[in-house]
Amino acid sequence: MKILVGIKRAVDYNVRVRVKSDGSGVETDGVKMSVNPFDEIALEEALRIKEAGKADEVIVVSIGNNDVQQQLRTGLAMGADRAIQVETGDTLQPLTVARVFKALAEREGAGIVLLGKQAIDDDCNQVGQMTAALWGRPQATFASKVVIDGTTATVTREVDGGLETLEVDLPAVITSDLRLNEPRFVKLPDIMKAKRKPLDVVPLDELGGHAGAAPATGRHAAPAPRSRGVMVGDTAALVAELKNRGLV
Amino acid sequence: MSQSEAPETERDVMEYDVVVVGAGPAGLACALRLKQLDADLMVAVIEKASEIGAHILSGAVIEPQPLDELVPGWREAPPPICVPVEEDELFYLGKDSRRKLPTPPQQKNHGNFIVSLGATCKWLADHAEAAGVDVFPGFAASEVRLTESGAVGGVIIGDMGVDKSGAPKDSYVQGIEIHAKVTVLSEGCRGHLSKQLIRQFELDQDCDPQTYGIGMKELWKVAPGKARPGLVQHTLGWPLDSAIYGGSFIYHLDGDRVALGFVCGLDYADPDFVPFEAFQQLKHHPMLRDLLEGGEIISSGARALVEGGFQSLPKVELPGAMLIGDAAGLLNVPKIKGTHQALRSGMLAAEHIHEKAAAEGFDARLRASPVVAELKKVRNIRPGFNKGLWRGLITAAIETVTGGALPRTLSNHADHAELARRADFQAPDRGWVDRSLPPRDRLASVYFAATEHDEDQPVHLQILEPEICTTRCTEEYGNPCTRFCPAHVYEMVEDEANEGAQRLQINSANCVHCKTCDIKDPYQVINWVTPEGGAGPNYQNL
Repeated sequence: MKILVGIKRAVDYNVRVRVKSDGSGVETDGVKMSVNPFDEIALEEALRIKEAGKADEVIVVSIGNNDVQQQLRTGLAMGADRAIQVETGDTLQPLTVARVFKALAEREGAGIVLLGKQAIDDDCNQVGQMTAALWGRPQATFASKVVIDGTTATVTREVDGGLETLEVDLPAVITSDLRLNEPRFVKLPDIMKAKRKPLDVVPLDELGGHAGAAPATGRHAAPAPRSRGVMVGDTAALVAELKNRGLV
Repeated sequence: MSQSEAPETERDVMEYDVVVVGAGPAGLACALRLKQLDADLMVAVIEKASEIGAHILSGAVIEPQPLDELVPGWREAPPPICVPVEEDELFYLGKDSRRKLPTPPQQKNHGNFIVSLGATCKWLADHAEAAGVDVFPGFAASEVRLTESGAVGGVIIGDMGVDKSGAPKDSYVQGIEIHAKVTVLSEGCRGHLSKQLIRQFELDQDCDPQTYGIGMKELWKVAPGKARPGLVQHTLGWPLDSAIYGGSFIYHLDGDRVALGFVCGLDYADPDFVPFEAFQQLKHHPMLRDLLEGGEIISSGARALVEGGFQSLPKVELPGAMLIGDAAGLLNVPKIKGTHQALRSGMLAAEHIHEKAAAEGFDARLRASPVVAELKKVRNIRPGFNKGLWRGLITAAIETVTGGALPRTLSNHADHAELARRADFQAPDRGWVDRSLPPRDRLASVYFAATEHDEDQPVHLQILEPEICTTRCTEEYGNPCTRFCPAHVYEMVEDEANEGAQRLQINSANCVHCKTCDIKDPYQVINWVTPEGGAGPNYQNL
């Protein structure tokens, strides 16, 4: 069985995100970029499934310009067998991304498409669900536990009311939640091995994808800064200040 | 000492001809030059930051000549931030006043460039990788590997996934050994392996103690039109009193960006002095306040720097290893520059290794080179300021006019020994003001450094004699670590187990790897070691 794992290049979670001064988007110049943390968890799970002998190959996929090769190499160093870069200079909408995964899943004959539940940049949380629908296969999203048994997967999902357990027939789409696992550290010799693993570049249109029409974003702006607080001496002063502002 | 209680199994080994510790300008220049000289050499660069440049903090105005030699044609494809210097200004500040001083010849920057050294290192690392160097960010060299003959034979990478108590977690990965014929230490100022080797091999027995400064920097996006790209400004005076050596830099970049920094010597005496507060005060001088108001901070951080120069230069070779850049201590204080020295020493080390395939002879070679000649010429300027700002300026003038030819060498003293006891020190009124510009305090500043450490790992700030903290240090100095640390790592808190008493709390996750504590602690009981690889600040364009 092949597992297809999507990894997105996103602004690192430690970075304080800033809006560009012209309001056209988020500043990425000189900003540290990493693998979206949920995707890293998805990849870790895929590797564990493979190491348990329940999958034969783990393929990491990323969509974008050549910069994403950095994240693909990280995925290969973690243990993925090969990588596919779907090449485009455009920022894609979730539906287009889902079409790409559907096309790749069919082309590769994937048993599982394992994705992060969402990316920490746009927080869309749509690609997994859309991929399953387009592909006509089951979906098990927000997974905190995955057990593979032959042709089915038993997935524990983190839902609003607690946990829900689903059994899905494979092939299926699974998306990872935060508690699924703790991704491994990359080992130094594996970085060297990753340099020799195959990384295929596929143009977006070869997979029938196109950037398509995107919703227009008017302007990005940072939240208004909080105004300075006032220190009050005692309760009476606090009440007076609140009354003064018409809050009580 | 083994680094954890983890099972002692045989470590994996990677073999290289040369391993370079630290991807700063010196280390990267050395690695790149090695590959230029001999493409068949196997060269690795180990860097503890999560990515190249993330732990680099510098002004930085750089002299371009060494880059011309190392990366011919670089001016056609320069680093991402690279602004030619247009004008130099030097001011003496009073609390509300400023007076323009003539720019000393060492500080004339015509032909130089303002860069982000962090971004430049990333750019340089790309060149090195393209030349075939293996660059490994996210891996900390935690120990030196000694061969049977007692020579340095590479480094040991720190284990990952070790918990607070030293026990392996589920994610445990044993660090590998990197074996190399020559190990190049380019860890920068007060590198922890360099410190250990200088001590162990007595490399500093014939020189003065090293002296240091602490530098803090903020990169600002100022209101449109306020920055004048290419303008290089330096200040002396307020908020420091004349007993403390220091000053500021204000470098105007493109894109409405201004790099702002403050440096002060760590030989200050006042046990209650807070360098971070002095930096924040400076920003409220009318000259800076006008520039910064309406702007925002992009990134901030702190780093110790070497100031000892010629007379504090240790022997820079030992069996199997050599020291370059600020790990050796090559910064030129009067020029306020070290990058060109770092690059040159790195290239020189590469040429030496290429010719001799060994470290032996590098010390003599470096001392015979322009790198050390440059330091010798200005050797008396920094120690001249030990007697205060005004006498320092006079010494500087004399030494500059004579080109350092006077047959005298002023000596350096260890910074930690210069701290006065509280009972013996009366701080002057520095005329400090109420502040309004961000960051409010050190914790708010750490936020802009984007520093990150997994909290479930051994504390990387080791206190060798913890009982001193709550006894002698509290009495004599009032725990100065709680003040000189720019990241608020050290804190005295109520001791829950011992009512009425206090204990030292180490917030090691805040650490920005500046090394100030290791240097300035008056008892020398703080030992800075590397945390897990990839931890620490994530500076953006510093």
